[in-house]
Amino acid sequence: MRGSSIVDRALGRGHRSNPPRPDLSHNIILYLEGITVSFDGFRALNALNLYIEAGELRCIIGPNGAGKTTMMDVITGKTRPDEGSAWFGQTIDLLAMKEPEIAAAGIGRKFQKPTVFGSHTVFENLELAMAGDKSVWKILFAKLSAEQLARIDSVLETIGLKDLRSQLAGSLSHGQKQWLEIGMLLMQDPQLLLVDEPVAGMTPQETEKTAELLVSLAGQRSVVVVEHDMDFVRSIARTVTVLHEGSVLAEGPIDQVQNDPKVVEVYLGE
Amino acid sequence: MNKSFISRLMLNDSGSRLFLGALLIAALVVPLLNLVVPAGSALHLPTYAVTLLGKYLCYALLAIAVDLVWGYCGILSLGHTAFFALGGYAMGMYLMRQIGTRGVYGDPILPDFMVFLNWKELPWFWHGMNLFPVAMLMVVLAPALLAYAFGWLAFRSRVTGVYLSIITQALTYALLLAFFRNEMGFGGNNGLTDFKELLGFDLQKGSTHVGLFLITVLALALGYLACRYIVNSRFGRVIEAVRDAESRARFIGYKVESYKLWLWVFSAILSGIAGALYVPQIGIINPGEFAPINSIEVVVWVAVGGRGTLYGAALGAVLVNYAKTYLTAALPEVWLYALGALFVGVTLLLPQGIVGLLRQLRSKKS
Repeated sequence: MRGSSIVDRALGRGHRSNPPRPDLSHNIILYLEGITVSFDGFRALNALNLYIEAGELRCIIGPNGAGKTTMMDVITGKTRPDEGSAWFGQTIDLLAMKEPEIAAAGIGRKFQKPTVFGSHTVFENLELAMAGDKSVWKILFAKLSAEQLARIDSVLETIGLKDLRSQLAGSLSHGQKQWLEIGMLLMQDPQLLLVDEPVAGMTPQETEKTAELLVSLAGQRSVVVVEHDMDFVRSIARTVTVLHEGSVLAEGPIDQVQNDPKVVEVYLGE
Repeated sequence: MNKSFISRLMLNDSGSRLFLGALLIAALVVPLLNLVVPAGSALHLPTYAVTLLGKYLCYALLAIAVDLVWGYCGILSLGHTAFFALGGYAMGMYLMRQIGTRGVYGDPILPDFMVFLNWKELPWFWHGMNLFPVAMLMVVLAPALLAYAFGWLAFRSRVTGVYLSIITQALTYALLLAFFRNEMGFGGNNGLTDFKELLGFDLQKGSTHVGLFLITVLALALGYLACRYIVNSRFGRVIEAVRDAESRARFIGYKVESYKLWLWVFSAILSGIAGALYVPQIGIINPGEFAPINSIEVVVWVAVGGRGTLYGAALGAVLVNYAKTYLTAALPEVWLYALGALFVGVTLLLPQGIVGLLRQLRSKKS
């Protein structure tokens, strides 16, 4: 039927059906090789090479303009690099995919500013973020299965908002909103989590709790954290990558990196 | 948490219960006071009052349709009477074809205005409109198709906010101008009127108007329940999410334009049904129904009642129209100022409308 294809498209059918999952047979979940991005002659990324292992918790630091956000944009498909390749596992070419496809394949990104749905409860926010068929008719008649309920409950437990499940997200504290947002990412069951400045504006207690949360998330999935706060980085990271002028300046355990003269120079000036 | 169908529909909120209870009482009391209580009695409800109440309830259904898109999805439509009028015209065409030889010119096929314009044949789009099922299909289809075409273009291009509101005004204004033209084949300036009967029931008879009133009550109740189901479903939570943070909803994987489009089309269908019920009760449909000011009035009803509540929209429609009936009779020159003042006043003092005020009072008490 000719008409049905229009209806299908308008209803969003066929959207997000069976997204590919990354092949982790070589234990590397993300390959960025020779990535270069220029904006009007300015090289935001300059032949960047970066490898993230499966289950790893990696911190990325670097001064303003080092290319951290641009790197995230390349991974999530928001920005197309001029050169280089980006692979998710062994088989998925990120540069050939659109933003929603990349999200469906299992890369979740948390932005700096938390944007939760303020007039929905914590529970409803997680329900909305749940992975699955999001076409209009399915959602109109959707009911939560016991399995999905259990999944929401376990995420509520992980992010420590179990007691606040019925509270409106708009009334949460800044830190709680950040955790809820991480929870919303988890509901989409990502293999790779990109987290942008999670502790900006948090109290010390909240920062500590966030550190515990991020550490607990690694292992089952890979987590990449971009952060300025060195104390925070020290409290969570095993491996740190320092970006400078669009490429990797240093990489390794935090103590080694912090004492690296090149890093000291970049961070403290001459 | 596993909500049953009924509880998802409603009935765990007092507003829904009150609203449906009020409709039930109206459905029982109005026919009683009109048909059973003798005409001389002080309690007798004259037929014109039944018709007036029926008109208010048609407006209430239109207001609910606007609240569904505005209150829950943040789409401020300033052109919803376009859908209302299209539904009305579809019903009007059927009623015109029922006149038959009883018209002034007595033509068995052509409505009076076509004879007057010296037309020899029925335009193609008037064929089949003498059949009630076809006409009812058009009541739904005409607004739905217009809404689909408009929504497909507007939402896909991500037109939002005030820009969308302005385009909806342009839409209804364009239709106003088009329907004014005799060549369009909808009776031009005069519109469609002089109706005789609906499904064989004499439209001059009081009992027919009571019947129409009851059907309007039923349509309003069913329309309300359908909207309540939608807003209580996960679909409803998605459209609220779109209202609050559209790009975030898109980022989580919802095709925002599809959600808006189908909500918009459903809302247009409800408006069309309201218009179709309005026309036989009022006895006329003309291009004036497309006037942009009418659509703005609907938004005022919703704002006064309390948007994002559905029953508040219905309440606002009835109250504001009662005030309009009263004021346009008592102080006709005051009405438009009163309407403007009402809108400004409600926006400044009662952002949540009457329902919001009542909720505040109740939460203060407890």
